[in-house]
Amino acid sequence: MAANPMYQFNVYRIGPEIKINNIDISFTNASLFMVISSIAILIIFNLGTKRSIIPNKIQLLAELSYSFISKMISDTAGSKAKPYFSFIFSLFMFVLFCNMFGMIPYSFTVTSHIIVTFVLAAFIFIGVTIIGFIKHGLGYLKLFVPSGVPMVLLPLIVVIEIISYLSRPISLSVRLFANMMAGHTMMKVFGGFVVSLGIVGGWLPLGFSVALTGLEILVAFLQAYVFAILTCIYLNDALNLHH
Amino acid sequence: MLKKIIFQFLALSLIFTYSAQSAESGGMPQLNPEFWISQIFWLVLTFGLLFMILSKFILPKISNNLETRKSQILENIETADKQREETEKKVKEFDKIINDTKVEAKNYFNSERQKVLDNINNKRLSLEKDVEKEIIKAEEEIDQLKKTSQDKVNKIAIETSSDLVKQLIGEDINKSSLSAIVEDLSKKEMEKHNDI
Repeated sequence: MAANPMYQFNVYRIGPEIKINNIDISFTNASLFMVISSIAILIIFNLGTKRSIIPNKIQLLAELSYSFISKMISDTAGSKAKPYFSFIFSLFMFVLFCNMFGMIPYSFTVTSHIIVTFVLAAFIFIGVTIIGFIKHGLGYLKLFVPSGVPMVLLPLIVVIEIISYLSRPISLSVRLFANMMAGHTMMKVFGGFVVSLGIVGGWLPLGFSVALTGLEILVAFLQAYVFAILTCIYLNDALNLHH
Repeated sequence: MLKKIIFQFLALSLIFTYSAQSAESGGMPQLNPEFWISQIFWLVLTFGLLFMILSKFILPKISNNLETRKSQILENIETADKQREETEKKVKEFDKIINDTKVEAKNYFNSERQKVLDNINNKRLSLEKDVEKEIIKAEEEIDQLKKTSQDKVNKIAIETSSDLVKQLIGEDINKSSLSAIVEDLSKKEMEKHNDI
């Protein structure tokens, strides 16, 4: 069963079965890696809060990521998005750390599960929609009516805009989930080739595997960044209605 | 590209096999809803706690640190600017003082030189006057001496000549005739001197 490239995505229970009102909320390997990622983030960033004028390495890391995300938010969503900084920061760090912990062999990638990414994306979608309606009232619906479109095309454009808006959580979640799953599956497949081709022919897939590891680390960062920046863009639509 | 193809292949195979097979036997474990609720529960729990701790405790500290560093740097730049201005001022003051003292020194030197020159001039003038006086006095003295010396010489000449005549002849001669001869001779002599 271990040779199956999809086996790594299996979720299994760790410890006893926990049931509340017949709903299974047992602690699983997915939960374990969520907890590990969160604790790692908290430890690293807590070490980075030392009060010194000249920062040490961890403090520098924490402050650089702080200003990196702060700059990303102000560039894409403007100054109005400042109250949502901590959420986007947590989101980026959570996705990044889950992706990165997934790169450790025999570990579990939390973000390779559609349900996790979908819950995050749906939360963002619902939150952004609520923010939009609170800020602009029913005027938020103008988002679906781009300015400068000829009257003939307007019904079509509005339908397309609504579909694209509604597909946001799906595209956001599937992008992250598919990238993580495909990358890990591919690495597993090449790893299987290394074993099956043996000492003679296994070197080529091994080289591929090494190269893919580098690529996957890049993808792990990139997808976290894309996830966060798309959240910023959706937030920008809700905060600064440009019509 | 390769990734896309593999993913599409997996997705396609999933569509055909999922309904027939369970997740364990080759399908995608992601679509097995057995642990969905558990995953959602733990995601909400961990992410919620992470968000709360980050936003309540850690991020304010980091932003505070950044702010204090920024303000400290600005403050330091400000004080540096102030101190630079002060040094510039002091340098200007220093230059001014040096210039002033130079001018003062020059003035003092000039006035002192003038004084000294005046003093020298005065002294020279008074000296010259004194010298002239002395010269006049000396000339007068010389004149007098000239006059008295002639008389004396005449007298001595008369006396010696009378003595000589007495010794030679053994008789006194009339002094008046002698003096007339001597005067006559000395006059001739004087004229010779004056000619020379």
